[in-house]
Amino acid sequence: MFHALVAVKQVPDTTNIRIDPETGNLVREGVPAIMNPYDAHALAAAVEWKHKLNGRITVLSMGPPSFTATIREAIEMGADRGILVSSRKLAGADTLATSYVLAEVIKAVHAEDPIDLVFFGKQAIDGDTAQVGPGVAVRMDLPIVTYAVNIRAVDLDDDTVVIERKTERWTEVVEVPLPALLTCEKEIADIPYAPLPDLIASLKYEPEVWTEAGPVEFDTGQIGVRGSPTVVFKMGTPPLPEAGEKVNAREVGAQAALDLTFAKAEEAGVLSEMLGGTA
Amino acid sequence: MTARRFWVYIEQEQGEAHPVSWELIGVARTLAAQVQDEAAEAGDEVIVEGVLLGSDVRGIAEEAIKYGADNVYLMDDPVLEHYRNCPYYQSIAALAQKHKPEVFLIGATTLGRDLAGAVATSLRTGLTADCTQLEMGEAKGATKKLLLATRPAWGGNIMATIVCRRHQPQMSSVRPRVFPAPPYQADAKGTIVEEEIGTTEEGARCSILEFIQGKEDTVDIEYSDVIVTGGRGIGGPEGFTLIESLAEAMGGVVGSSRPCVDAGWIDYSHQVGQSGKTVRPRVYIAAGVSGALQHKVGMQNSDFIIAINTDPNAPIFEVADVGIVGDLFEVIPAMIAEINTRKEARA
Repeated sequence: MFHALVAVKQVPDTTNIRIDPETGNLVREGVPAIMNPYDAHALAAAVEWKHKLNGRITVLSMGPPSFTATIREAIEMGADRGILVSSRKLAGADTLATSYVLAEVIKAVHAEDPIDLVFFGKQAIDGDTAQVGPGVAVRMDLPIVTYAVNIRAVDLDDDTVVIERKTERWTEVVEVPLPALLTCEKEIADIPYAPLPDLIASLKYEPEVWTEAGPVEFDTGQIGVRGSPTVVFKMGTPPLPEAGEKVNAREVGAQAALDLTFAKAEEAGVLSEMLGGTA
Repeated sequence: MTARRFWVYIEQEQGEAHPVSWELIGVARTLAAQVQDEAAEAGDEVIVEGVLLGSDVRGIAEEAIKYGADNVYLMDDPVLEHYRNCPYYQSIAALAQKHKPEVFLIGATTLGRDLAGAVATSLRTGLTADCTQLEMGEAKGATKKLLLATRPAWGGNIMATIVCRRHQPQMSSVRPRVFPAPPYQADAKGTIVEEEIGTTEEGARCSILEFIQGKEDTVDIEYSDVIVTGGRGIGGPEGFTLIESLAEAMGGVVGSSRPCVDAGWIDYSHQVGQSGKTVRPRVYIAAGVSGALQHKVGMQNSDFIIAINTDPNAPIFEVADVGIVGDLFEVIPAMIAEINTRKEARA
């Protein structure tokens, strides 16, 4: 029977982020927390294949207890089991330490209940690193397919999967042996509306919370701040470039605004580019 | 005497080098210069080296030297003909263990991101994604200068500088077009060092069955000289017709802000900004783009920026060389007419 594990992260909706102009700090109040959109699409793809192959899905997340809401959301979308790895000792992890914890947990789940496919989103919208998926694949020695846009076939007899992945140059169709790890683009699947029974089940669902006390034993040198080779050296606000000239076309007319534009372009030495390189 | 090695991954596909490779050699040369005095005092040597994998790609190694690499490690083998994660990362990790680079820069392309996370994890070292500033600088407690890697965080609202104190190589990924390309020097000399690959075809665990070339794959906004970008203010997918007419008149390409892509008005390959492409064209026109920070970080290095927006307080005006407060549906047709008039006058 098909078993997928989907890693999900809760993120602040970065489209709504504001910075306090006085302190330069992030304003967290009122910023809604959502399931990372790429993870949601990855989960949707796993749900599609769960139905096709009569399988089951385990979702995994690492973070504070508030991430329980994201796990419930995953159950509502069609996941069967949810694990939240949560401990203060894990806090401050960079991508290397995060991939260590996730890989250890996935290995433990796999040992009890073999996993065919591990799904990640292509990146999280708060960090945008795209590093944790590849990191987990290396630590588990799994073949990885990044930027997956379509799962063409999953063959559980031959233990292979055929996937389309989109790069900057083209779409590649690749075949890799199972178990394998994917990182997914949004095109991989549309997010389904939850059927009523799943919705009701999710409300009552209590995720398993795993901590440093067990069931997996973590090497304390590889978790949290201690296990993170990178640290923040300093934070700052981005430098503001010098603003140029502003002209109100509704007051002076479009022609005057364009005259200024072309004069400025000539000053900057880009007049020929403005005219399609006809100089 | 020890060697302080600054490594750059030379990205290639189908025998063609990605220009970000040259941009990173330029950055590595700057970083190397920043430790020159410190190294001279300690009697150390500072070298910039390229790492190139592929099949029948020696010509690219020679090119890398012309762009400023002192040495290029070349792994040339049929197994490496097409990029695949396992054989590439395993070969590079083995090479890094052998030569112990201090810094390793990789382009933040789809290929480079696939590779960088795997290499860094395999070497159990730190990797900072999408850096926009790199500097070798003093850090408290460190005996020599460290790589200070600065990247936009939180949608570009904050710049975070990251260090990797106790692990090597200190790795960073950098997007194309964040840094300018160094000059090509035809008489530059360097050494090509051939290396054995660290894997076999069986170890690849991936077969590429097919390549599909889509029409959107040909959009190359990163390296275009002129980009005309439409934002939410264009009103709907049909608004891109006008944007396209202006781009056509200027011989440029069409860009988009994130909301238009999210709304499905245009393909993602057109998206400019932190979650899309970083661009630095000669001329950038932002029409109906409000100028969220995440958009600005992707285009503020353009040489000449024109913003058109009805809202005089739109943040896009903060980065514009010329800001036109007005309705893009009036300004753009007038601009197209002006361009055509001026073109005729020249002809």
